[in-house]
Amino acid sequence: MTRIDAKFAALNAEGRKAFVAYVMAGDPDYATSLDVLKGLPGAGVDIIEMGLPFTDPMADGPTIQLAGQRALEAGQTLQKTLDMATEFRKTDNITPIVMMGYYNPIYNRGVEKFLVDAKAAGIDGLIVVDLPPEEDEELCIPAQKAGLNFIRLATPTTDDKRLPKVLQNTSGFVYYVSITGITGSAAAEAGDVAPEVARIKAKTDLPVIVGFGIRTPDAAQSIASVADGCVVGSAIVDEIAAGKPVAEVLAFVKGLADGAHRT
Amino acid sequence: MANDLFNSFMTGPDEKGRFGDFGGRFVSETLMPLILSLEEEYEKAKTDEDFWAEMNDLWTHYVGRPSPLYYANRLTEHLGGAKIYLKRDELNHTGAHKINNVLGQIILARRMGKTRIIAETGAGQHGVATATVCAKFGLKCVVYMGAHDVERQAPNVFRMRLLGAEVIAVTSGRGTLKDAMNDALRDWVTNVHDTFYCIGTVAGPHPYPAMVRDFQSIIGKEVREQLQEQEGEGRLPDTLIAAIGGGSNAMGLFFPFLDDPSVNIIGVEAGGKGVNAKMEHCASLTGGRPGVLHGNRTYLLQDDDGQILEGFSISAGLDYPGIGPEHSWLHEIGRAQYVAITDKEALEAFQLSCALEGIIPALEPSHALAHVMKIAPTLPADHIIVMNMCGRGDKDIFTVAKHLGVEINTGG
Ligand SMILES: Cc1ncc(COP(=O)(O)O)c(C=O)c1O
Repeated sequence: MTRIDAKFAALNAEGRKAFVAYVMAGDPDYATSLDVLKGLPGAGVDIIEMGLPFTDPMADGPTIQLAGQRALEAGQTLQKTLDMATEFRKTDNITPIVMMGYYNPIYNRGVEKFLVDAKAAGIDGLIVVDLPPEEDEELCIPAQKAGLNFIRLATPTTDDKRLPKVLQNTSGFVYYVSITGITGSAAAEAGDVAPEVARIKAKTDLPVIVGFGIRTPDAAQSIASVADGCVVGSAIVDEIAAGKPVAEVLAFVKGLADGAHRT
Repeated sequence: MANDLFNSFMTGPDEKGRFGDFGGRFVSETLMPLILSLEEEYEKAKTDEDFWAEMNDLWTHYVGRPSPLYYANRLTEHLGGAKIYLKRDELNHTGAHKINNVLGQIILARRMGKTRIIAETGAGQHGVATATVCAKFGLKCVVYMGAHDVERQAPNVFRMRLLGAEVIAVTSGRGTLKDAMNDALRDWVTNVHDTFYCIGTVAGPHPYPAMVRDFQSIIGKEVREQLQEQEGEGRLPDTLIAAIGGGSNAMGLFFPFLDDPSVNIIGVEAGGKGVNAKMEHCASLTGGRPGVLHGNRTYLLQDDDGQILEGFSISAGLDYPGIGPEHSWLHEIGRAQYVAITDKEALEAFQLSCALEGIIPALEPSHALAHVMKIAPTLPADHIIVMNMCGRGDKDIFTVAKHLGVEINTGG
């Protein structure tokens, strides 16, 4: 049982929805980013998605593209991203961390070495945007063997025929991308999301978390109410981009978390 | 290579879209169903006579194929060695080889019922070819082009707009060709229902590298026939030379000869200011290492952390930090050889072609010619080199003038 599995078991027992927050590791710099990271659980975040910066984030909109650029310019690397997780774990051994990014920096480090290091750093799961089920042998299967969850994205283009393939080697939870588009786009309506979540839940026992385009506590509430939880990324990254003090960023996150937990 | 005679080099990619370890389908889940349906449609088209009849008709009457295979006698005399032929794909409609591939993809898009075409472009040649064919078929066309390239290839930007395309200057990342490709992919993820992504080179996720290669292979097939007409039955070229950005004109020339062991194959990458530690070049094979970008595993320019580096070249069409996966494979198994040519050498070749043959070449094939200039003098007179003159230089005269210290008054 990973920290992710344990977290969902606990939320389930309490009848609560999961609130997942995305931040880019190293944005705008290592120290600030680590402060934000450490403050997230206190702001009501159940699961942390930690972005691994990459020069060519082909599925991300301008907000997260620029966050990655800021992080890279400030000297963020894969190693420093692992170091952040290690630091975080010194004070929090419960909140799951999912590393989200693109394959090349991981491939470049070497998959076996990366998995050992990620596990040691206290990373619990991976979301790698450019690894569809067709490429499962690259990282997904080795990651599961190493005891890390491999969380897959399901999208509106994942039809019923394809869904079993997407679910097959997924663990931890399923991340439903509610729109066809990049991060930071307009949000989907809860009414449109509900049947899609039902469609996925009919095929898996894993929790289904919905993301993309959620920006406000109300949107967090309405989307979380039709799923097992929701993810907010770009809206939080925008606060960091605006140069807000860490406390203000965390207050904003708390508003979203409260929204998601209201359901 | 005797043992390999049993093994064809022409059977790739495998069902996973791999050439050896290279290639594949490294895309987000949203795009996966789209590239699967493209693959299915392409597999059908490949053996469909109607599809090829339409292609051949347009190649003949719209593009002007076959392009001539021209014996460059003055270049040959000047260099004093091997006999040099130029495959004149710069004479195609729109001035480069790019249209060979665009026609194939647009016919496919029409068969799939897609009404909106997107493309990335570097030098602007692929963008112009795409805008052209879209105009011909009345399709909406959106071209992504790095902001820096929009500046240095202004004539092509105007051409695309005349042809009715919307040209989007890409400022994301560093505003270069790779960023244009990122933004095209982002557009595709957003507009999955009506949009077809027309990729301009043998890169991207499977089936693009194989499909683009197949459409460009008309170049090599024609060379095979034309050389026999001029040099006698059964005569094969001894050496093939082509410039490499993503590698499509090169794959088009090379592919039909991969199983002819006597044919020596050389790809020429852009060496920029020189392939050195400062990375001021775009020579992915000569100066990069394997990684994953834009849907496939291939040789890439990248730093120690796996972050992608910008290429550098005088030629906007070669300015890409990757290379088609089939080239990475041909490089690793040793079937083809890859070399790098600097900006300076390419500029010299550009001028030599103008002076001796009356052909103003694009800066991209000028790189190939520069390598011809290096090796031709060392080869015997009965050694035949075929070089792909894959584009004409009209688009580059401003860049070249600047480097030669000449000011051109553009009027107005
Ligand atoms: C004339 C010409 N040659 C070569 C290239 C490089 O592309 P490829 O290597 O795919 O042929 C370009 C790209 O814009 C081009 O315009």
